[in-house]
Amino acid sequence: MATVDKELNALIEARVNELLEQRLDALIRERMTALEKKQVKAKRMAIAVVSRGTIDAAYSALILATTAVALEMEVGVYFSFFGLNILKKGNQDNLKVVPLGNPAMPVAMPNIVSVLPGMTALATMMMKRTIQQKKIATVPELLEAAIESGVKLWPCQMAMEMFDLKRDDLIDGLPTPVGAATFLEFAGDADITLFI
Amino acid sequence: MPSASFEVHQRLDCKGLNCPLPVLKTKKALDGMAPGQVLEMTATDPGSKPDMEAFSRRTGHELVQATEQNGVFTFYIRKAAAK
Repeated sequence: MATVDKELNALIEARVNELLEQRLDALIRERMTALEKKQVKAKRMAIAVVSRGTIDAAYSALILATTAVALEMEVGVYFSFFGLNILKKGNQDNLKVVPLGNPAMPVAMPNIVSVLPGMTALATMMMKRTIQQKKIATVPELLEAAIESGVKLWPCQMAMEMFDLKRDDLIDGLPTPVGAATFLEFAGDADITLFI
Repeated sequence: MPSASFEVHQRLDCKGLNCPLPVLKTKKALDGMAPGQVLEMTATDPGSKPDMEAFSRRTGHELVQATEQNGVFTFYIRKAAAK
């Protein structure tokens, strides 16, 4: 009888060990897959375009946004205050470059000159000519590429109120205007955050 | 033209275009191709060399070959398997 018990115990132990090992293997595999999935989660970039609504601000934001999407990142851009100017319907050709107080203009212009009427228009015209000659993507092209590739271009609801802009005053293809909390929720999980 | 030991499935001419267009157009072209297929992209933007290398590292699309001849860069990019 004792021998039978002993043999039975040995059998049970062997079986339990076998099952335990199988279960552990499965669990470890599951955990590893979950970890790997976490690691390949797309990078996220959040840009707030706030301080300026100029040609250079539009380029900085849109080139980085469209390229980030090409690099398989998730991108959200928040346009508030003067940045909202970039999203105004039919306004893309009216964006300016401002020479006043800008010591980095390609053609040096003292402030006493750039303060004169027409100097912003002149500098803008020269920059636009360069853009055309050098086959640089235009702001409408970059906006279109951004929308098409799924970049979220959020207009700030408060800035729309402030500048008295309706949804129809902005270009098509934009998400619903949002407040700071929506952008911050998105930006809270961002790997890259930029302020323009 | 380098001796290529792979079949080119699609060609994309980005000569004369500046950043970010070569990268954007490359991404768009690859989106329409099958995994394993090779895209040939030509560009004159000197920034396209480091940029295509970064694009490859980030997206997993393999930069099979990159050459330069008389200011024209030629890239061969093999589309990665779907993730």
